[in-house]
Amino acid sequence: MTALGKLLRTTAFKLALAYLTVFAALSMVVLGYVAWHANALLAGQLNATVNAEITGLAEQYRQGGIRKLVAVVDERSNRSPSGTLYLLTTYSGEVLAGNVVAAPAASLAEAGEREIPYQRTGETATAPYPAVVRVFLLPGGYRLMVGRDTEERERLSGVIANAVQWSLALVIVLGLAGGVFVARRVLKRLDAMTETSRTIMAGDLSGRLVVTGSDDEFDRLAQATNAMLDRINELMAGLKEVSDNIAHDLKTPLTRLRNRAEAALRDARSEEDWQTAMEQVIAESDGMIRIFNALLLIARAESGGARGQLAEVDLAEIARGVAELYEPLADERGARLTAHAPQAVPVLGNRELIGQLAANLVENALNYGAPDGGGEVHVAATADGGEARLIVADRGPGIPPEDRHRAMERFVRLDTSRSQPGSGLGLALAAAVSRLYGGSLALEDNAPGLRAVVTLPRAAQAVLAPAETKRLPPAEPLAAE
Amino acid sequence: MTSAMKLLIVEDDREAAAYVVKAFAEAGHVADHAADGVDAYELATGQTYDVLVVDRMLPKLDGLSLIGRLRAEGAKTPVLILSALGQVDDRVQGLRAGGDDYLTKPYAFAELLARVEALSRRGGPAATETVYRIGELELDRLSHTVTRGGQDIPLQPREFRLLEYLMRNAGQVVTRTMLLENVWDYHFDPQTNVIDVHVSRLRSKIDKGFDKPLLHTVRGAGYMIRDGAR
Repeated sequence: MTALGKLLRTTAFKLALAYLTVFAALSMVVLGYVAWHANALLAGQLNATVNAEITGLAEQYRQGGIRKLVAVVDERSNRSPSGTLYLLTTYSGEVLAGNVVAAPAASLAEAGEREIPYQRTGETATAPYPAVVRVFLLPGGYRLMVGRDTEERERLSGVIANAVQWSLALVIVLGLAGGVFVARRVLKRLDAMTETSRTIMAGDLSGRLVVTGSDDEFDRLAQATNAMLDRINELMAGLKEVSDNIAHDLKTPLTRLRNRAEAALRDARSEEDWQTAMEQVIAESDGMIRIFNALLLIARAESGGARGQLAEVDLAEIARGVAELYEPLADERGARLTAHAPQAVPVLGNRELIGQLAANLVENALNYGAPDGGGEVHVAATADGGEARLIVADRGPGIPPEDRHRAMERFVRLDTSRSQPGSGLGLALAAAVSRLYGGSLALEDNAPGLRAVVTLPRAAQAVLAPAETKRLPPAEPLAAE
Repeated sequence: MTSAMKLLIVEDDREAAAYVVKAFAEAGHVADHAADGVDAYELATGQTYDVLVVDRMLPKLDGLSLIGRLRAEGAKTPVLILSALGQVDDRVQGLRAGGDDYLTKPYAFAELLARVEALSRRGGPAATETVYRIGELELDRLSHTVTRGGQDIPLQPREFRLLEYLMRNAGQVVTRTMLLENVWDYHFDPQTNVIDVHVSRLRSKIDKGFDKPLLHTVRGAGYMIRDGAR
């Protein structure tokens, strides 16, 4: 692509060209209007002059008859060159006075106004000029013709035509120059942006577009792009951290697994030893599978891929169900698990995922919020305007405010001794599922204890009915080949 | 124990297939093996099987299409889908395509065996009976009462459903996830022994005070209710 071709293809240049066309057309219209008006004005003036002359001459004729008229016409005709033309003839066309070579008889036969070519007396060598004349019939067959050269009018037309040509040329030249100038400016900045983008695409994520500080549209674009790059950088850093964590938290059980198998190979003597060792190995791998499944689910939920078919889910039913499911376990540990969800709280989501979310929160509360030999865990579902809430509260040690956000990240376990069972994924999964359905998970102070609050958009009944019915349409049989 | 089942294992990984076929044989069942979807289709239409165990990702004809084709031809054989794709949507997709149960890889063989046995009995006599009996334990599905040796045993509604499911599958191993799915209708994996606690509560109600236990724990697999004398 040549530099010129590139320039001509820019949007800025095309825009300039379009503006140019519109502007040129507009100036033509304006000038044409002015010319037409000026012409009409001049014609009017011409007529007025001729009329005044005729009125004056008619007066002379009335006072002094034909003799006086001849004298006056003669006198006026010989006045220093004026634009007015005079001709006085007898009925047969014989010139009595005037400054014009005899006009065709036909043009003098009738009274009235017309346009005729003329030649001044003594200028017969040149071509005739056009003139507007008025013919007046006097008693006795005399004919008086008074007229005015239209050359002035024509000259004006010429001037206007000239002006039109020049201004058109000027508009085009200036417009093109402006277009090229603007296009080059735009092109220069865009080229700089493209160049920076290329280096960023090549892998250097630290590159940023130049912001000139003029706060124009390019600056805004550059700022938005830079903000996007910052976000991408953040995500990349997050991704790296997560993969580091995954490597660590999957390698730890993998190492344990390997150690167990090795130890069994080395130390196992009896059938029973083997049995125990193999059971431990299987339990360890089951734990890893669980971590893996949870990670996949979080990843799917965060990418929005696990939304699946949305259906109406009653948060209250889930709260009661999960409380009922975990009540014997709590009882066994000496804790009290209660539920309060008297009214239906419909939300849109997937029952399994929301059930898992609730189960994770309850398990979390039982594991960390209900110390040995006591504790209270309360599960509630409430609706407040457009918001539905699932609350799991305990009376345990709680989480200090500065750690609450971190507690919802993957693999973060605040219990640094890791004495409690768990993968550090429970809250992360609960948070991911909450976000998946347009809500959020917040950890709050229960004074004392921890209050995990899941806020989800409450489903309107009207929206729900069709969603419910279209869940699981019948399988489509495959056409036999 | 139920009588021997005839199964078709559709699995493209030879080693995994050989292991499963052998394990089913040890459990007293006969299992054929097909390594791709087309072979499986020919076998399944040529012979009668009690249950098909189908992997989703297969050469030539994928698992879901295979099931779709068989279902379109009116085959009613129960199908268990085995797959590495284990997300909620994947399971919904599998069941919609005509699968009857869905098990995610990797799995415990005990889980697969228990589920396949449960599938083969589905629609059997137990589904229509109104009263289940194991030894002197009796569960009436209509009046929702449980008695043992004529003695009334009061149960919570969920405990009743738990016992009902166990008795419907009497003599068979029932795994913890099967219980969670069928009794509670949840499909997730609890991190705690929550099901065990429910079962031990139930056990204390139906077995306590009687010399012969009926509800047994099957190590490494799950639970089974049976009359020990039989």
